[in-house]
Amino acid sequence: MMHEATAYEPVFTGERRAELDRVLQRYPTKQAGLLPALWMIQEQRGWISEEAMVEVAEVLGLTPAYVEGVVTFYTMYHRHPVGKHFIQVCTTTPCNLCGAEGVVEALLERTGCRELGATSPDGRFTVVEVECLGACGFATPLLINDDFIENVTPETVPELLKGYQ
Amino acid sequence: MGYPHKPHPNETVVLSEHFGDAEARSYDGWVQRGGYEALKKALAMEPPAVIDEVKAAGLRGRGGAGFPAGVKWDFMPKKKTQPHYLCCNADESEPGTFKDREIMRWTPHGLIEGCLIAAHAIRAETVYIYIRGEFTEAIAIMERALAEAYDRGALGKRVMGSEVAIDMYVHRGAGAYICGEETALMNSIEGKRGNPRIRPPFPAAVGVFSKPTTINNVETLASVPHILNRGAAWYKSLCLSNPKSTGTKLMSVCGHIAKPGNYEVTMGFPMKDLIYDLCGGMQPGRTLKAVIPGGSSVPVLNREEAEGCVLDYEGCVEKGTMLGSGGMIVFDDSADMVYQMMRIAKFYAHESCAQCTQCREGTGWTVRILQKILAGEGALQDLDLLLDIGEQMTGKTICVLSDSCAAPVGSAIRKFRGEFEAYINGARRPVAVAV
Amino acid sequence: MADRPPVSLTIDGVEVTVPAGTMILEAAKLAGVLVPHYCYHPGLPIAGVCRMCLVEIEGAPKLQIGCATPVAEGQSVLVNRSEEAKRARQGVLEFLLIHHPLDCPICDQAGECELQDYVFQEGQARTRYSPQFPKRFNPVEDFGGDVLYVPNRCILCTRCVRFMDHVADEAVLNVSERGDRAFIGIHPDRELDHPWSGNVVDLCPVGSLISKDFLHKARAWELDKTPSICTGCSQGCNVNLESRSPSVVRVKPRSNLDVNRYFMCDHGRLTYRAMNRGDRIEAPLVSDQGHLMAVDWDHALARAAEVVKAASGRAVALVSPSTSNEALYLLQQVVRSLETTAAFRVERAASEIPLPGVPGLALREERAPNAAGARLLGFSEEFDAAASEVDSAALVIVLGDDLRGLESDALSLAARVIYLGTALPDLARTADVVLPVANTAEEEGTFINCDGRVQRYFQAKPAPGMARPAWWVFAELMHELDIAEPLSGAAEAFEQLAASVPSFEGLSYEVLGLRGAELTAAKTARVGR
Repeated sequence: MMHEATAYEPVFTGERRAELDRVLQRYPTKQAGLLPALWMIQEQRGWISEEAMVEVAEVLGLTPAYVEGVVTFYTMYHRHPVGKHFIQVCTTTPCNLCGAEGVVEALLERTGCRELGATSPDGRFTVVEVECLGACGFATPLLINDDFIENVTPETVPELLKGYQ
Repeated sequence: MGYPHKPHPNETVVLSEHFGDAEARSYDGWVQRGGYEALKKALAMEPPAVIDEVKAAGLRGRGGAGFPAGVKWDFMPKKKTQPHYLCCNADESEPGTFKDREIMRWTPHGLIEGCLIAAHAIRAETVYIYIRGEFTEAIAIMERALAEAYDRGALGKRVMGSEVAIDMYVHRGAGAYICGEETALMNSIEGKRGNPRIRPPFPAAVGVFSKPTTINNVETLASVPHILNRGAAWYKSLCLSNPKSTGTKLMSVCGHIAKPGNYEVTMGFPMKDLIYDLCGGMQPGRTLKAVIPGGSSVPVLNREEAEGCVLDYEGCVEKGTMLGSGGMIVFDDSADMVYQMMRIAKFYAHESCAQCTQCREGTGWTVRILQKILAGEGALQDLDLLLDIGEQMTGKTICVLSDSCAAPVGSAIRKFRGEFEAYINGARRPVAVAV
Repeated sequence: MADRPPVSLTIDGVEVTVPAGTMILEAAKLAGVLVPHYCYHPGLPIAGVCRMCLVEIEGAPKLQIGCATPVAEGQSVLVNRSEEAKRARQGVLEFLLIHHPLDCPICDQAGECELQDYVFQEGQARTRYSPQFPKRFNPVEDFGGDVLYVPNRCILCTRCVRFMDHVADEAVLNVSERGDRAFIGIHPDRELDHPWSGNVVDLCPVGSLISKDFLHKARAWELDKTPSICTGCSQGCNVNLESRSPSVVRVKPRSNLDVNRYFMCDHGRLTYRAMNRGDRIEAPLVSDQGHLMAVDWDHALARAAEVVKAASGRAVALVSPSTSNEALYLLQQVVRSLETTAAFRVERAASEIPLPGVPGLALREERAPNAAGARLLGFSEEFDAAASEVDSAALVIVLGDDLRGLESDALSLAARVIYLGTALPDLARTADVVLPVANTAEEEGTFINCDGRVQRYFQAKPAPGMARPAWWVFAELMHELDIAEPLSGAAEAFEQLAASVPSFEGLSYEVLGLRGAELTAAKTARVGR
């Protein structure tokens, strides 16, 4: 984890706090606001730091250890900074049958990441393998940040990546 | 995003009628297409009457378990003393399955309508639509549709001007297949790790926030307005084989197939016709080798079994597998069954929640043995070992994730033993296994 | 649940009848059948995750977990008589041993490890896990407090997490990650320093959570276990003193559903240290021309009797609140012919520290085990007033008080002084007679806790040198003084005590047994904290 050069700035202030409070209205407990709150943190900061976990614990009346247990369970929450464009590639069986691993290789090469989970030297990309993305008929699907892209082949990778600077 | 195909003449188009029609997404578009009439009808009925109608239609859970939906709704307490909840399971993570996302992407109001009718039937004031975190498009579309529905009075304090009050929210998941298990889903909504719960108690007694809860799959709920509109008798008549399996099923066909996609067929439709007729058969020069019909969590069928299999709950059981979610993965003769079983086991190893010893350790062990076999370092007793581990992983855990790992692997060893032996005896060259 | 009739069922052929709602695993205990288990613990909420307690219910299609399945009328449950259940248990054990390292030679839990026990009892002799597969490795973590976490040995039973969440009410532990990557986590900014957190080491079935204090000190099979009562405060938690002669090596809680259930606090765990102190009075001492000379007991008791007989007027008795009821009672008998000011002083903490999940259980403010007994047997808390009378008293008997804070000449001005204690404070060097006594680990006796419960403790190790139990010293002294016959044992001392103090009516060592009993209600106000 990178050493924070500046003091931690809370996420849930002002408008974001108001938004969280609105979300909390949907549930009878504050604890239930945890997954939505973690998404809000990730949307704001790109990842969820230890300090952010402490903050959200305080806001929701939970303990930091509890929040950490939840964050580490769900694979979509990043616990460290990732590339500007976070690429998730499905390689589970249906996509595997349709050449998903070739797509992974093409991505690793074209992004300069070279290995899964690593961020490219220019900081633009991180590529990870994920489990079934629920688009098996449109193999191979990817998520690039929030963009859900289908029918990706090793050949279409270069053109696709051009759209992500 | 990928548009679905034009319906094949042998499809029975009910849920998929407006797939590809962007106009159907809006509230007005849905109303123009006959939407929200079923809701009005349901609101004019007493909840027990709605339940009876759905029972009579024979609608069964389309998420995988196939449990009769009306019977499930009937488990809710008759005397209402506390808030009731409906959870719509849109976690769709079963490998091979991609139908719920289409329902949400094209007919979001159809799903909302189905949820409203169900909520009315079980007297739930709150509905959570649990959508997996990766379905960014579906989430955005559903949020917009919910906002519209509130705006137009289909949600909120007086639904369609009635005395019924129902709130509906999207709850976004964050990357866990196990949250598609209904009790894990409830825990995830509550802000906890997605651990399945031991039962009893069952959700209808102690559910989300400890209140009576019903959980239904997207496809199940989306079928409900059609039942209300056209009647239980009509739905029951949609049946080509066993009378206990009625209505239509969106089969998500993928893998080695010419025309992958979602195909809506009447229950009891022959798998052979789905593969060769609707889906255009194999890719050029290839022959069918195996099919896993239910999403990956069910036993593999070999070619003969697949070509003789009828697509309903009983038909699949007869062939020794299950219809499950209908996520049909097709393998042709180029598929490496050993490699694919390893990849399937890897899926379950990644997704195990870690509670039960058999699942937590057994899934990983299964992967490692298969990798050893693929690396050319396996022995024949490894196959017996895999089967034994599979038996230890079956029927002994809180949920069926571990059974779901054992089923495809075990059946593949039994039916495609030669492929495993080829790696073991050196007839087949070892494969380098991807990370 | 109270209205439902009891349920009868058979477990491995033994018929039992239990209240409706009882889980099979608990009912099996009554049938004398231990259902192997890990995650279940009667002091914790049910988890049902280890899957070790799968039992066969005749007629049911699948095995069911005994910890979470309530009994049903007429059920026939098979535990050891079921091949299927046995195979399932073997499966769980084999799965657990996949990553669990062969650490037994260096693991503190060896000899009291439930993984060892069940594998030995019914596991397979060999694992089928290929040696070419690496075992999961994570380094040992210091959780803070007294606890080390060895992730490689962890079987993820989650007892520790459930204890901290639901009993200690401080959710400082979690399960992190998923699948076979999961481990017990603690937030990096926090420590496991809750005053009751040592219980997670007891709860851990294997050597994953271990005590730093106990690390590599002794092997479990070397230790003798003796039932005792914790001396750390007035709660009176039931404990076992675990000793490898001549030391007490550790203190562990002993279950008593009426007092501490299954737990004890970290402060109490450290009380063993004082039991082993080396600076003991080795022999009886009598004053000879201003010096203390070591003598034998006969000689010392004879001199003590002389001292007592010569006293007329006021006596002052200063005692420690860690003294047994038997000794306190007999001391009162020794001085009964004199007008006595009897007092004790007890160390008090600022506040008590409850264990939220067990109502009525706390590390009490009063940090001594028998202040209640002292009060009941006529000792007041006006210690300073009593101490000021010392220089004008005809006889001063001090039992166990270390004389801290008293004037340096306090005892030297007193006419006659008999000092009884485990160690010799400087201020006591002017005493006429010094008698070495046993500490709580070296004798048997009784204490009364803050709720008026009389509880027995037993001897765990020999008293060093010539030290003897204080009750014995007074009994012998009374015999020397011709006011009583010698006593056959502490039990007889207690009998006499029970016969003469009304609130002890009906009590005897036999009645007290290992669970203790409350003083008769009418006489028991809450006798202090």
